[in-house]
Amino acid sequence: MNTSNNHNNNHADEQKGRLLRPSRQVGIVGYGAYVPRYRLPASEVARVWTGGMGGTPIHEKSVPGLDEDVVTMSIEASRNALSRAQIDPSVIRAVWVGSESHPYAVKPTSTIVGEAIGASPNILAGDWEFACKAGTEAMQAAIGLVGSSMADYALSIGMDTAQGRPGDALEYTAAAGGAAYIIGPAENSLAVFEATYSYVTDTPDFWRRAHEDYPSHGDRFTGEPAYFEHVLSAARIMLEELGAEAGDFDYAVFHQPNVKFPSRAGQMLGFTPEQIQTGLLVGEVGNVYAGSSLLGLSAILDEAKPGARILVVSYGSGAGSDAISLRTTDLVSERQNLAPRTLDYIKRRTELDYAMYSRFRGKLNK
Amino acid sequence: MEIARHWRLRKQRYLLPEAGEHPVGVYPIAPNGKSARSANGHGAVVTIEAEQSTALQTQVRTGTVYSYTTVLNAPADFEEQAPYVLALIKLDDGSMLTAQLTDLGEEPYIGMQVEMVTRKLRTDGDAGIIIYGYKFRPTLAVANA
Amino acid sequence: MRDVSIIGIGQTPVAESWEQPLREIASQAAQIALHDSGLKGIDALFVANMLAGELSRQEHLGALLAGTMGMAGIEAVRVEAADASGGAALRQAYLSIASGAIDTAMVLGVEKVTDIVGSARLSAMATSLDAEFEAEQGATPAALAALLMQRYMHEYNVPLEAFAGFSENAHFNGSLNPYAMYRNKLRPGMFAAAPAVATPVGLFDAAPDGDGAAAVVLAATDLARDLVPQPVRILASAAASDTLALHQRKDMLHLAAVTRSAQKALMQAGITNNDVDVLELHDSFTILTALALEALGYAGRGEGHTLARPEIIGLQGSRPLSTFGGLKARGHAGGATGVYQTVEIVLQLRGAAGANQVPGARIGLAQSVGGLGGTAITHILVPVE
Repeated sequence: MNTSNNHNNNHADEQKGRLLRPSRQVGIVGYGAYVPRYRLPASEVARVWTGGMGGTPIHEKSVPGLDEDVVTMSIEASRNALSRAQIDPSVIRAVWVGSESHPYAVKPTSTIVGEAIGASPNILAGDWEFACKAGTEAMQAAIGLVGSSMADYALSIGMDTAQGRPGDALEYTAAAGGAAYIIGPAENSLAVFEATYSYVTDTPDFWRRAHEDYPSHGDRFTGEPAYFEHVLSAARIMLEELGAEAGDFDYAVFHQPNVKFPSRAGQMLGFTPEQIQTGLLVGEVGNVYAGSSLLGLSAILDEAKPGARILVVSYGSGAGSDAISLRTTDLVSERQNLAPRTLDYIKRRTELDYAMYSRFRGKLNK
Repeated sequence: MEIARHWRLRKQRYLLPEAGEHPVGVYPIAPNGKSARSANGHGAVVTIEAEQSTALQTQVRTGTVYSYTTVLNAPADFEEQAPYVLALIKLDDGSMLTAQLTDLGEEPYIGMQVEMVTRKLRTDGDAGIIIYGYKFRPTLAVANA
Repeated sequence: MRDVSIIGIGQTPVAESWEQPLREIASQAAQIALHDSGLKGIDALFVANMLAGELSRQEHLGALLAGTMGMAGIEAVRVEAADASGGAALRQAYLSIASGAIDTAMVLGVEKVTDIVGSARLSAMATSLDAEFEAEQGATPAALAALLMQRYMHEYNVPLEAFAGFSENAHFNGSLNPYAMYRNKLRPGMFAAAPAVATPVGLFDAAPDGDGAAAVVLAATDLARDLVPQPVRILASAAASDTLALHQRKDMLHLAAVTRSAQKALMQAGITNNDVDVLELHDSFTILTALALEALGYAGRGEGHTLARPEIIGLQGSRPLSTFGGLKARGHAGGATGVYQTVEIVLQLRGAAGANQVPGARIGLAQSVGGLGGTAITHILVPVE
């Protein structure tokens, strides 16, 4: 046999098989968002650091209260998800929180969340970290667990209380929030997954060494070789292998470190502003890191009609992108209003000034 | 470092069981002082199968503010969040408990409708555990309730 | 049960005694009381103390202080009931003699609050609350008093200023007492304008913590008559408790332990509350004073604050209260406070109260309360005829 032909045939098989699909159909049974009530206008950051003369990438960002962290926020989002799912928490067999601000370096956030929602003790509960895509990574693992029939229900959460170095560009946008998703059998789902795909390389655009308080980033390197390379690659491969194009979708949501990047990515892929606007929350909330695309997805699910097709493309520095394609079912209309919606959290706001924000974020304790 | 004292109470702190309810791994005394009784009528620790506890876990605890105060002089470990509002909350089931109010967007008032949330109470120093528990916040306004 | 009398009293000034350790102020008070009693020794020592373990890393005070006084070998024990420790120790000493088990005893109250400073001291104070369901939620004694006060003001439509008279009265009397921690008078308006501790409780509402030691020597009345010229009889001794956590009480604005303990004592004494000439109540917060006066039957529900006037609670008034400054101006020395109250009633009944004298005082009532009313211990004293 001609080995090069064999290679081509195998390569073709591999190309067909690049999308990840579970052995049985699974979907989102319940979802819930959480955003804290406090807001720091970007103009405040500009006032302190640029004499009010520099530009601002967003309007304002969310700030967690003194008594909030990824544990407390994940608990509330999960309770919202349970309200929508209407299942007994004891049937959940995995609680997986993805974040880059887990309160403990060792002791999983997921163990506390699992206990607090009544899912303990028959659960998996490790924490996930992959910068801003830790939440979608956890979601894919949940799809795998349920899709393989190892379990019927798994809870995946993307949540962050991101920290920005004072005076750094990221301080304008590093925010707090995220969403929780209970994955279960398709028959009980308000949205069913078509496929997922993950595109990962070793690309150091943004990182944090273990004992540093704040992350470091590659400034303009975070654009084309990082965000765009991975988001566009993941999206294009997903679309290609689905045999679909942007117009076949009702909604698209991308990781949102600012307004420009997801808008440009969407445009480059052929999505219209109308398709991405529901999920584009960064202007009012900021970049909620591991919760970013998942929070955008929750806003979409809050308003989507049955049969809506949605593309989610996350991005985590380091780097990688998860593309997820799903379609809502009839159950979405029944369950949307069983818990506070994403917009209910977004419009709940108390403004802070830079001094109060610094206290809230513990920057005055260092 | 304190461990067992907090670990023992995690069910109460996270789930706020009502008197008479039996969460998985029941603890004899609820915050309102009543004991959760097992079948033999004594306050013994009883393990109940998880499936029996559905309503408990997803139930939101709601109530009204019975009294409140803004605490300016805080004890050690609570200084980080001071000043904070401490309140007596009358739960909708009639029982009363002491808890902080949080997420206040306005001045609290007697009669304010509140709901339970799980928040950080304090940490056991820099190296000890983080202690989470119940607090109450003004009931979140939901558009299509 | 035998009749018991107080034959000796002693006290140290309530102050921030940075330079004096616990055992020193305790022995000072003890020596004064012993000398006053004329006795050379006592059968038993009952130490009243709240927090020496937390504040001074010192437990086992009975043995420690008996030895410090040169009386190692006698029966000695510490009695604790939060800030009612003073009344509790007095009751235990009383019962021991009344039972016939012993003939003489000393009740020695001592507290060294300044051994710990700042928020750690506040944490120590919070151990008198329900640790799990109050203190762990961020409660302090002042915060709980504030919750009661806020509710009271709401239910009865009472302004903050209405309580000022309690503090003003205390400070006026304290200004005449050389042992008092605060000798300043409170000018009108200062009470309501004070910085908040826990709203609406302000700085001039909450009694200050101070170091102090006070002691009384007890003997069976039969013996007492031969020992001293003016023994003071313990006509009644009664204690009661209430649920510790405020939120467990059916009726938070009624101090049930105060009522229960006082009713038992008045019945033992065969008198009514109207027969009492001088009162030392636990005025750690003005709201507790108002509620105690209601619980004692001196005012109806929601009307306790109306008694906060000099013509009622002043030295010349119908219900003299905090006659040496009370907890508010004399200072609150934790477990010793109940013993200070006893010393002060004895001075009144001996006619030896000097500028603080209530004219013609014949029946005195001292009430020692723990926390926000979890414990209440009432003693009624009269001069031996």
